[in-house]
This record gives sequence, structure tokens and C-alpha cells, in this order.
Amino acid sequence: MTDQAEKLLEVRELTMDFGGLRAVDSITLDVSKGEIVALIGPNGAGKTTFFNCVTGIYTPTRGDIILNPPGEKSRRINGLKPNRVTTLGMARTFQNIRLFQNMTVLENVMIGRHCRTSTSIIGAVLRTARSRAQERETIDRSYDLLDQVGLLPFADAFAKNLSYGGQRRLEIARAMATEPFLLLLDEPAAGMNPQETRELDSLIMQIRNAGEIAILLIEHDMKLVMNISDRIYVMEYGKKIAHGTPQQIRANPKVIEAYLGEESDA
Amino acid sequence: MEYENFLGYFVSGLTRGSIYALIALGYTMVYGIIQLINFAHGEIYMIGAFVALIVSGVLTIYGFSGVSILVLAGLIAIIYAAAYGYTLERIAYRPLRSAPRLSPLISAIGMSLFLQNYVLLAQTPDFLRFPQLIPEIALLQPYAHVVGSAELVILITSALSMIALTLLIKYAKIGKAMRATQQDMIMARLVGIDVDRVISVTFIIGSILAAIGGILVGSYIGQINFYIGFMAGVKAFTAAVLGGIGNIPGAVLGGLVLGLAESLAAGYISSAYEDVFAFGVLVLILILRPSGLLGKAIKPKV
Repeated sequence: MTDQAEKLLEVRELTMDFGGLRAVDSITLDVSKGEIVALIGPNGAGKTTFFNCVTGIYTPTRGDIILNPPGEKSRRINGLKPNRVTTLGMARTFQNIRLFQNMTVLENVMIGRHCRTSTSIIGAVLRTARSRAQERETIDRSYDLLDQVGLLPFADAFAKNLSYGGQRRLEIARAMATEPFLLLLDEPAAGMNPQETRELDSLIMQIRNAGEIAILLIEHDMKLVMNISDRIYVMEYGKKIAHGTPQQIRANPKVIEAYLGEESDA
Repeated sequence: MEYENFLGYFVSGLTRGSIYALIALGYTMVYGIIQLINFAHGEIYMIGAFVALIVSGVLTIYGFSGVSILVLAGLIAIIYAAAYGYTLERIAYRPLRSAPRLSPLISAIGMSLFLQNYVLLAQTPDFLRFPQLIPEIALLQPYAHVVGSAELVILITSALSMIALTLLIKYAKIGKAMRATQQDMIMARLVGIDVDRVISVTFIIGSILAAIGGILVGSYIGQINFYIGFMAGVKAFTAAVLGGIGNIPGAVLGGLVLGLAESLAAGYISSAYEDVFAFGVLVLILILRPSGLLGKAIKPKV
């Protein structure tokens, strides 16, 4: 494992209560530079709630979420608004597809660049040289990202008209457009066929290798998880029950009992 | 003669309609983004008209004249109304953002009554004469019975405002952010959009359009009082619903349909019945197309 200094995200003792229900119970987790870390567990284990706490949608009841942007000082981001978290450099996708369906594929990616550009309304109206250069750069970078996820030919189609796998990849491109150093993927392979899952597999590896981006993902597809993860955390009923490399997790009896045992194909 | 009569009614219908449309845009934009009927929107329009009246009075004393008064009074009224719209959202709606939907609605009605009575107390309950800020255009004199200069200026100004709004929403960065916020507020935040700022800007834009409407109507009708915002608000809200609330082209279309229905009814039947026809059209359209002329039926999210 890596040094303290390279940890991009450190979560300590994170707890989230909904009334009397403890959805996330003292979870400690970290993600280092260049890593792919998976968070697995049965349905209802609290994985998505964990993501919602980390990305600012929920304010956790207790615990610390520390973000260490490379080259900047670390910050405790508990309760920070989601758009501030995104601006700091952490992006995410959702379990269900949440594209801006009535915008074009290109516009969806461009909107991800929103927080990285600074054109004011006045600048846009007057079409200053700076705002035009920025607009040009936004469009160029958006095309690059579409190329990376293989959606370049569909740039001008409406997002809702893409295939299911295409919509999933567009979500990743949109998240990438915010220039994250840490990407959170919530069940990126959900509902994909085996062919699409294989493509996703290589897309995730490619993102990690190309941009020194760390990835934290929730996934039920065990083959995908075992293939690409450096480390795996396992949750059940809000608690962390195991943590280790794919080999260690595969051999862990607690995990087999809680999770893998239920899955006939794992 | 028959034909010229019709043309006259038609132009005056378009004129009314474009004012309704200007105000309706504010309702529909706010509804589109935060699903709130901003009942205090008509009051912003009234405040715009009052500020224009006061400023033009002052400017007249200082010896300004004609078009310069219209432009200066217009600008100041717009800035003032925008400030009111922004403040309104900050103090009356933002604290209730996560409350049940009925709470901000009641807050909106409260703000509407408050602003009406504030102007009633701070200014006057009487009708005030509004100066004719729009100059007579000599070229139009021969056609004055069909289209007056005030009507022409109103039509052109509203058309330009609506075109500017369309371009802003389609191409500007803030416009994209508005569309994204409208479609999915949480996701918009997660791609880094400051949703609070987008909502503030929406209120400011809506208020600017309402103020433009207020100034134009003031100088077209020639008198204003603290209560004009109420009826204009109801009509514009009707226009927004008619076109499909939340839909921007719908608000414009709804405004024009409403204005034409009123004007033709007033011309051919009786002006006493114009409101009956306006709301009759609303009832008819809502029976045939419950989600409005351009509105889409809302599918429940799955």
C-alpha cells in the first residue's frame, strides 16, 4: 500500500443516521493516487449512502471526510455543498442514469466544464476574446472526452437517444469533464450486457492509467470488481466487515457468508 | 373599414399579449427551476412601474427630456426590480427550499400582500398619472388608428427581450446551467453548478422582464397604482399555464393567445366581457390539453 502523503481521500469513522436507523456505521476508508478501490456489499448495506455523504448530498452524523487535492492543502469536506466538492476535484456518477436527457451529448459534457471556466454573463454577451477562447477550449476538451468514451459520432444526438451503455459512458465523460482527481462510480456496470461490461472495464483502466485519477467504485459485478480493483472494502448492514486485495477478499469467510455466498455466479 | 378594425384589434391584442408574455416568462422560469408559483411576481412588475414613474418625475425636474428619460428611468427601474426579485428569493423562498411545497407558496402569497401594502403605505392608494415616456413616431401618424407608436415600441421591445432570453438560455453558460438545474437539481450540483446562484439569476432575469413590462404598460395605459400587479400577475400566470407552465416558448404563446382573445372579445362583443373570454380560453384549452399548449405531461420519475 501507499504512503500517507499520497492519500487523496481519507474517511474516518463515518456514521450516518436516519432517525433511528444507522445506515453507515463508523466506516474508515482511504483512496490513494492512481488506485482503483471497490466498495462492495449486499443491497442495502449503505454503500450509496456512503457515497452521498462523501459527495455532500448528505451531511454525515459523525466522522471526518478529508480530501487531499494534489498540490493543495487538505480539507475536511463534511457538509460542504456538492458543487463545492466537485470544484475541489471529486466527481461522481449515479446508480440510475441521471443525464440531462433533453440536452445533446456534447452539451452534457460541456456542462461538466462549468466549474472550470469563469466566463461571466457580460463576457458571453460581449464575446470578449477571453470568453471565446474559453468556449473554444471547452468545446475542444469536450470532444476529446467524447472520443475517449467512444461517443464522438453521437455528439449532436440527444442524450436520451443513446443506447443504455452509451448513456453510462456519457455519464463518465461528464464526470471527467469536471477534471477530478478522484472519480466515484456508483454501479457503473448496472444493467449492462457482458460485452458492454468488458468495454467499461477497459475504459475504467484507461482513465486511471491516462490521467493519474484515482477511482472509487460501488459494483455488484464481481468479475469486474476482481479484475480491476487494487483493493476492496466490504460493507454489510452499514459496517465494514472486510478490507483487502481481491485475493484476500475472495478467501475471506466473512465475505463469502455475507455476500458472495448469495451470488451463484461469483 | 371592417378589415382595418380587425387589424386594430389584432395589434392591440398582440401588444397586450406581449406584455402578458413578458411577465409570464418570470412565472414559468421560476416554476421550471424550483416548481414554485411566485405569486409576488406581479408585484415586481408594479414596483418596476413605480420606480420608473418616480425616476422620470425627478429627471423631468432636472430638465431631461424624451427618450433620455425613458432609457434612464427604464434602467434604474430594471436595477431596482432585479434587486427586489433577488431579495425576495433570498428572504422568502431560499429558507424554505427543503420545506413542503405548500410552504413557499404561502410565503409567496404573503410577500405579494406585503409588497402591495408596502407600496400603498409608502406611496399612495390613488391612481397616479404615468408620463407618456414613449415618444410619438411621426412616420406612424397616418396609421395611428391601426398601430400607435406606443404599441409598436412595446411589440419591438418585448420581441427583442424574448430573443435575448432565448439566446441566453440556448448558448450562454448560465443558460446551460439553468437548463441543467431545471432537469435535475442534484446532478447539476454534482457537475459543479452553483444551483443557488442559478436560482438567484433566474429571479433576477424574471424581474428584469417584469420591470420592462411595467414601464411599457405604465406609459401605454397612462396611469398606475399599487394594485396593478395583482391583475397583471393573474393574467400572466394564466398565460403561463395556458402555454404549459415551465415551458418558455409556451409562456410567450400563452401570452399572445390570451391577449388576442381579450382584445378580439372586447372589440367584437363588449369590453365588459374581455376577462370572461380570457379565462374561457384558459378553461377550454385546459380541458383539451391539460398540460397546456406546449407543456408535456409530466411522467413520474422511476
